[in-house]
Amino acid sequence: MSNWFEKSAFEIREAVAGGTVTAREVATSFLDRIDAVDEKVGAYTQVWHDEALAQADAVDAKIAAGKLVGALAGVPISLKELICTQSGETTCSSKILAGFQSPYDATVTQKLLADDAVVLGKVNMDEFAMGSSTENSAVQKTSNPWDLSRVPGGSSGGSAASVASATSAISFGSDTGGSIRQPAAFCGCVGLKPTYGRVSRYGLVAFASSLDQIGPLTRDVRDAALAMNVISGKDPRDATSADLPAEDFTKKLGDSIAGLKIGLPKEYFVDALGSEVRALVEKATKVLEDQGAEIVEVSLPHTEYAVSVYYIVAPAEASANLARFDGVRYGFRHPDAKNVSEMYVKTKSEGFGEEVQRRIMLGTYVLSSGYYDAYYLKAQKVRTLITQDFDEAFKACDIILTPTTPSTAFTMGEKSNDPLEMYLNDIFTISANLAGIPGISLPCGTSASGLPVGFQLLSKAFDEATLLQTAHCYEQHADVNLGIPNL
Amino acid sequence: MSTISRSDVAYVAGLAQLDMDEAATERLVAEMNSILDYMAKLNELDTESVEPMMHAMALTNVFREDEVTPSLPRELALRGAPTHDDEYFTVPKILDAEGGGA
Repeated sequence: MSNWFEKSAFEIREAVAGGTVTAREVATSFLDRIDAVDEKVGAYTQVWHDEALAQADAVDAKIAAGKLVGALAGVPISLKELICTQSGETTCSSKILAGFQSPYDATVTQKLLADDAVVLGKVNMDEFAMGSSTENSAVQKTSNPWDLSRVPGGSSGGSAASVASATSAISFGSDTGGSIRQPAAFCGCVGLKPTYGRVSRYGLVAFASSLDQIGPLTRDVRDAALAMNVISGKDPRDATSADLPAEDFTKKLGDSIAGLKIGLPKEYFVDALGSEVRALVEKATKVLEDQGAEIVEVSLPHTEYAVSVYYIVAPAEASANLARFDGVRYGFRHPDAKNVSEMYVKTKSEGFGEEVQRRIMLGTYVLSSGYYDAYYLKAQKVRTLITQDFDEAFKACDIILTPTTPSTAFTMGEKSNDPLEMYLNDIFTISANLAGIPGISLPCGTSASGLPVGFQLLSKAFDEATLLQTAHCYEQHADVNLGIPNL
Repeated sequence: MSTISRSDVAYVAGLAQLDMDEAATERLVAEMNSILDYMAKLNELDTESVEPMMHAMALTNVFREDEVTPSLPRELALRGAPTHDDEYFTVPKILDAEGGGA
């Protein structure tokens, strides 16, 4: 029999609820796996051995007592370091929040615990979610499980590395410009960014509030749908969460996609796209066409402006959000300050890493008097144009198909000296955040050197059901099974 | 758009409450110029008649009844603070001893 850590969340939940295995056995299998391989991968920043086993025992006790169990009963999960948990620490992989214990659980954390998931611990990320390689973590390095000399992507690099190395069945990350989808592509797992407003942001430490969404990284599409069933919904504590009726995101899994229109935006199939990635994305398109989808060309004419818009809007919002880390109410305070203003400056200068300071500087600059209209207002106007592009394109198609990233995972240090080059890595993912629409990245094969390649599907806002249906159809009919890397 | 000078970086660092030494200032002048040059691309577009997008989803004001609900217990709210007393967060003095404003 294969190990429990190799199973999907769906299989685990069925087996636990059906009594063929205890939640404790499953949790132990994953904890042993963490002990065996995570020293090499470095996905986990905190492993909650005792607490995970206690949670698993509580699930087993419910089952023994004949009580109903939740939709993720006994499923071992991990949480990105910026999702607040009363247990353990919530550090955002930053020195400024080292040792910080959140006084409350994020809404997503509450929902996962209420549905009987077992939290194994927290996973690494780029500091405050700013980065595309997880190299900006102030805590530790995380490697790509397929090639330890390469990055796992970011900012949810710990989440992707953990799911790919089978040290959690589902990991919850956040996506502001591609931070779930890009690492999912680099590590060969499924990563879903929901529609803005689908999932509560209460207890998600804010990076760019008009772009951030929490979403799942999973081994397959069905697990992503299951996870969405648990975490979605209106939350009175997040006024931007959408007030929509509860939805079963698995409802269209298995439905035919015959007649579905899939648009290929010509602006995404450009020179910057590597030839190996292009070939595999074209192969993925063919799989969907063979299942009856109609492939059409669409145009998203303002695509080339998306990186500029994003790197104005996101740092602007970040510079406001991160002002709260001033050494007064939580986290690090510089010990040598003669007065309060010196305390602010010393605390921030020592507490924030280089990339975070760079973005605070950019954000402060574009919002500063005299530059607001030229940069921030201009960017918000172009954001409107980018969103209108999608509105137009979705008149001609139901789903848009693109590559997730221009290339496969790069080596550590390869892009860390040139911030702009690192930013351009997000070129295919950030438009979805700007427009607020959902996107999913799925594995579509491996490069000649054995690195995973992903492609992305995008849908209209709040149409995750069709997005998941299409992704699931692909997964069922494509001959892509990356398995688990040798570690 | 414009070119960033060393004094611009120093000014913005002041607004952002960040302490930039010589080396960091030098580095940021180069990096911010390179990034903002790239962003100058946006000037290719005529956006005169375009409305700015302030929210990802169209939202109207979200109202709720003004009811008292339990809030975070004080002990928990104070727990993460570097220093606090029984009721408040505490900080170093706001005016320095020489009488100058902080």
